[in-house]
Amino acid sequence: MSKATDPATLLKGLAQSLSSGAIRVIDLTHTLDPDFPVIVLPPEFGQCARFRMEEVSAYDHRGPAWKWNNFTCSEHTGTHFDAPVHWVSGRDLPDNCVDTIPVDKFVGPACVIDCSDGASKDDDFELTPEIITAWEAEHGQIPEDAWVLMRTDWSKRRGDAYLNMREDGPHSPGPTPEAVRLLVEERGIRGFGTETVGTDAGQGMHYTPPYPAHYILHGAGRYGLQCLNNLDRLPATGALICAAPLKIKQGTGSPLRVLALVTDDGGEP
Amino acid sequence: MTDPLNPPPRKNPQKRTRIPTRPMPMRSRAALGLAAAAAEGRFMLQTCAECGTVQYPPRDACGACLSVELNWTDVSPAGHLIADTTVRTSTNVYFRERAPWRVGTVRLDVGPSAICHVHGDVAADDPVRLVIKLDKSGQGVLFALPQKTTPNMEDDPHMREMTCDPKFRRVLITDARNENAPALAQALADAGASLIFVGESEAWRPYPHRDALEKTANVKIVPLDVTDTASVAELAGEIGGKTDILVNNARFVRPGGIMDRGDVVFARDEMEVNFFGMMRLAQAFGPAMRGRGADGDNSAAAWVNILSVYALSNMPEFGAFSASNAAALSLSQCLRGELIEGGVRVMNVFTGPTEDEWHQPLPPPKVLPAALARAVVDGLREGLEDVFVGDVAKDLIDRWRAGPKILEREMMDPGGQG
Repeated sequence: MSKATDPATLLKGLAQSLSSGAIRVIDLTHTLDPDFPVIVLPPEFGQCARFRMEEVSAYDHRGPAWKWNNFTCSEHTGTHFDAPVHWVSGRDLPDNCVDTIPVDKFVGPACVIDCSDGASKDDDFELTPEIITAWEAEHGQIPEDAWVLMRTDWSKRRGDAYLNMREDGPHSPGPTPEAVRLLVEERGIRGFGTETVGTDAGQGMHYTPPYPAHYILHGAGRYGLQCLNNLDRLPATGALICAAPLKIKQGTGSPLRVLALVTDDGGEP
Repeated sequence: MTDPLNPPPRKNPQKRTRIPTRPMPMRSRAALGLAAAAAEGRFMLQTCAECGTVQYPPRDACGACLSVELNWTDVSPAGHLIADTTVRTSTNVYFRERAPWRVGTVRLDVGPSAICHVHGDVAADDPVRLVIKLDKSGQGVLFALPQKTTPNMEDDPHMREMTCDPKFRRVLITDARNENAPALAQALADAGASLIFVGESEAWRPYPHRDALEKTANVKIVPLDVTDTASVAELAGEIGGKTDILVNNARFVRPGGIMDRGDVVFARDEMEVNFFGMMRLAQAFGPAMRGRGADGDNSAAAWVNILSVYALSNMPEFGAFSASNAAALSLSQCLRGELIEGGVRVMNVFTGPTEDEWHQPLPPPKVLPAALARAVVDGLREGLEDVFVGDVAKDLIDRWRAGPKILEREMMDPGGQG
């Protein structure tokens, strides 16, 4: 094994590069804020709990020297990870919960497909197989076991523009069933991430199958990341993603801090 | 006629806010019957079951025959003012601060004579109608009004002490998303409220009546989510010092009892809004309101809760919702005890099924938003504590009073009238 690929040397080099700033850490996470939108379901269904915080003490009569809070939220509040067990198609798979997923799946490479131009013109913009193959023509084939992140710049939207709710439901971009099949069945991706409230398009219930990203990804034991932030600061290839959900017993997902490691030159090979 | 109240001037920031003082507290246990009558705006006096004498003041035995069988009964409020005077000073700080104060003796057509507060539009020897009002100590006191309505009579300074009139007051309605918010805002605007804040949660989610609400006179939509402690504290920091009337219309309702739901997710939401929501609001807005109970013509006056009448007896079809309202009712009694120190009234408006999406399959009669809004405004103008709006609520409170255990069984019977 050459010195350059010796794992100990690589890891030491990584630490030095992080320390020197040659490799930078980018936060892909939104702040857990009580007013951050969550997915809205028909009201007769149970709803995603919003993030809430209650102060237990703040250096006062409730605890003189310390401040701390209790917080509550859903597994699917804010920037969060979806495990296969989240969807009915993944319910019987092995290691399908956040506490049983092998930890090496939480660190890995990401390909970023820039759909921001299309999404700025069409709220229902679709990621199609054609867009994926066109991206591959420029950046090379998506490697196996990589995260694919769909950049739409949706994370820059605020208020009601984020869910973009209308009479017929939310309108936000997402992948077609064919695109998800290509990524999962032919490229063998690890997971799919978006800047929107879910991995599926706002109108994703009208595809066959409904919610194709959830259905196909999780049915194949793959993962989801949603409500991602700052995807515009990632290179098309070369970023390393750290996305480790909380170790919740039989958890279907978890809010988490998603970090990306990138090089100064943008990471392009 | 009464001199009309002028819009209160802006507060002089160099003047200290007056600490609310109060008239005499509980006179006797028997006298609390007056408070119970006043809470609902009824005119009730003790009537002897043996000799039929109507007596005042309330006592433990009949003054005519010594029977202890005394029933509080609705009686005619008609009478004549037979003597009156004006008190110009008092050893009691509350009255000393508000002197001159008019008092008089009224002979009631039903028998007794009573010393009472006298409205400025009543002249000597005039026929009067008596009402029982809650004073700033929460005690029921007799008030002699002109027999017929006079112009601006609600602006009489003694009258305004006993009521919570929205005129020139600033109101917070806590939930803009509730379908009843536009009707409440309109009714309060029509009643002369000078500023109507309406709390809006989750601005990232549209709702149909926002435009109508925003166009209502004197309405300002402000961010507020009663399930979010920080949001409640922030709004109280902004407007807590000028919230004179708080109308808590926030409500989370889903059908279902215990076993058909199978989880506590909706029950938690119901408690978060219906119970903890009130508690958060009370912790944030209560102290300033209690401190401003005597802050001039637009003093803090009232806290209004809109509760389900099934707080009194559980309706199994909405079993968990009923339970959350029972908790809220209990909490409102605690709040009443805490706000009375500032002379601020807690008014509970009990309603049966409301005309909205969650009660859609239920048969009429259902309470329309406009009827609910009218009940809120009328209750504030009269200074009530307990308001039952709609036929279902009125019927239920009657049955509850007749026998809570019998009512409980009736509510369980699917063929019953529950």
